[in-house]
Amino acid sequence: MRRYALQRGLTAVPVLLGVSVLVFSFIHLIPGDPAVTMLGERATPEKVAEVRVRLGLDRPLWEQYVRYVGRVVRGDLGVSIVRGDPVLTDLLRRFPATVELATAAIVVAVGLGIPVGVASAVWRNSVVDSLARLLALTGVSMPIFWLGVMLAWFFGVTLRVLPTGFRLDTGTAFVPWTNFVIVDAALQGNWPLLVDALRHLILPALALATIPLAIVARMTRASMLEVLSREFIRTAEAKGLPQGAVILHHALRNALLPVVTVIGLQIGQLLAGAILTETIFSWPGIGLWVYESIEARDYAIVQGTSLFIAVIVVVVNLMTDLLYAVVDPRIRYD
Amino acid sequence: MATVQDAVVRRPEARTGRGRSPAHAAWLRLVASPVARAGFAIVGVFVLIAVLTPAVHHYDATTDADLTLRLKPPTAAHPLGTDTLGRDILVRVLHATRVSLGLAVSAVAVAAVVGSLLGFLAGYLRRRVDLVLMFCMDILLAFPATLLAIAIVAMIGPGLRNSLFAISLVSIPAYARLSRGAVLALRNQEFVLAARGLGGGGGRVLVSHIVPNSLPPLIVQATLSVAFAILEAAALGFLGLGAQPPTPEWGAMLADSYKYFTSGAWWAFFFPGAAIMLAVLGFNLLGDGLRDALDPRLGQ
Repeated sequence: MRRYALQRGLTAVPVLLGVSVLVFSFIHLIPGDPAVTMLGERATPEKVAEVRVRLGLDRPLWEQYVRYVGRVVRGDLGVSIVRGDPVLTDLLRRFPATVELATAAIVVAVGLGIPVGVASAVWRNSVVDSLARLLALTGVSMPIFWLGVMLAWFFGVTLRVLPTGFRLDTGTAFVPWTNFVIVDAALQGNWPLLVDALRHLILPALALATIPLAIVARMTRASMLEVLSREFIRTAEAKGLPQGAVILHHALRNALLPVVTVIGLQIGQLLAGAILTETIFSWPGIGLWVYESIEARDYAIVQGTSLFIAVIVVVVNLMTDLLYAVVDPRIRYD
Repeated sequence: MATVQDAVVRRPEARTGRGRSPAHAAWLRLVASPVARAGFAIVGVFVLIAVLTPAVHHYDATTDADLTLRLKPPTAAHPLGTDTLGRDILVRVLHATRVSLGLAVSAVAVAAVVGSLLGFLAGYLRRRVDLVLMFCMDILLAFPATLLAIAIVAMIGPGLRNSLFAISLVSIPAYARLSRGAVLALRNQEFVLAARGLGGGGGRVLVSHIVPNSLPPLIVQATLSVAFAILEAAALGFLGLGAQPPTPEWGAMLADSYKYFTSGAWWAFFFPGAAIMLAVLGFNLLGDGLRDALDPRLGQ
């Protein structure tokens, strides 16, 4: 296992380097002189020259790249062009909100997707199955920002039962410990705060969960159908085990492996989807920040956040593969 | 439902496809599938709208605003209501079809051609070319596609042409991987070896034997990725990175109107979004149907 983990881990290194080259090149995709684009046409030549030096644009390309990687490795993702703050500090301050939202979305997607997928497979070709498959297909076809607006309008404006923006009601006192509002509320035993935070989480989490939910349901169905046709299931049934036990203990356990991989692969999509969802719900995470930075032409933030998310995706894929190898020993011997 | 059964009963070959060319058999399976038919119908309607709307109705987005008609709910004169500038939403949704669908289809066409070529080259030449090309694809795949498209357009600047570039770029790896995999799977098959044994040169064998046989998964991928590209284009438009105002585009229409959900003007964002969802659903259905039709081993 250790050897497999090492081998698999080493393959991530060149990918991370390649990712850094791509993100580094972002700044050179800006048409014309990036310094002029950032500062606007009316900037003084002195100011432009200063920014060019600060960004290192006056140096040869390879040197710019080496310096970039050197800074990134030391945890320096650059400085916000508009406000002058270090990108990584702001990023880490906003990241918990996004993690909270993405986690809630995964909980919804797994909590609903797996039962739906199992039901769909067990009652194959029934009304339940058709309905589940139709819902899954609608789910993957859903523009989540549209669904988000519809949810906000229906539950927030028409029914007035749920808040449609931000993490907490204005005026709710909150002393951040970890910046995960729900964790903090639980740690501090502050139940009104917890309820407030959960109410704000429901709509954005539902919107963000739609696509992974549909994918998990589809994958669970396909995987269950495959496992249910195996011999050991017939053996378990022939032994006279109750159907529920066969489905849960024999079939589902074996069917979950590919589902775990799919969930791992969804992390990146969730973080990208957060840009759209957070924009709709004014959720103060990194997604909304990226949106605001695009509008403000704060390229350093877009660049830094892209690298941050890509690294997370590479690491999560690595962990998914390792987890898979732990659960299924056959993988290690390939 | 009766129609499906009629199709199967009247044309038994639709089930087995025996005695037909593979393409014909696949076609028969396709038209016998209710999923594919639904997909065909939806896609067909959208394509018709995209082609016919500009021909039968002239629309000038720059002179369309009428502030006396701001955010009016659906009426007989404006069946889908009006938006924040008093523009008729039906007219704009219909005219946006050409922009949104055109963007998605062209992005997929570029990605499919470039990606498949790269994949065929990698799979055929192998060694260093393969390593380098596939490494580049792995790097593109390390980014969530939506994020990469957004970041690229944020850098190179908003607009339809830049969106087209970004969406194509992020769609390329899927084709490269598929076509490379197909070449690797086919190159040692007996009919390919036979073609080589008969003196077929490398390029000729690739073009006339390997490429045609690797088309089915690529066709399925192309259909499904039009669905994805429509969503991507709408997301870029929604973030203000795609079509620029006043050009009608579904995502940009949502961007104009979504903030008005608090005032209850649901029609302003409901219809553009519904158009996106229906179009995506149509291509997804068609893609699923094509997959079943082109690979008879699945599904049954």
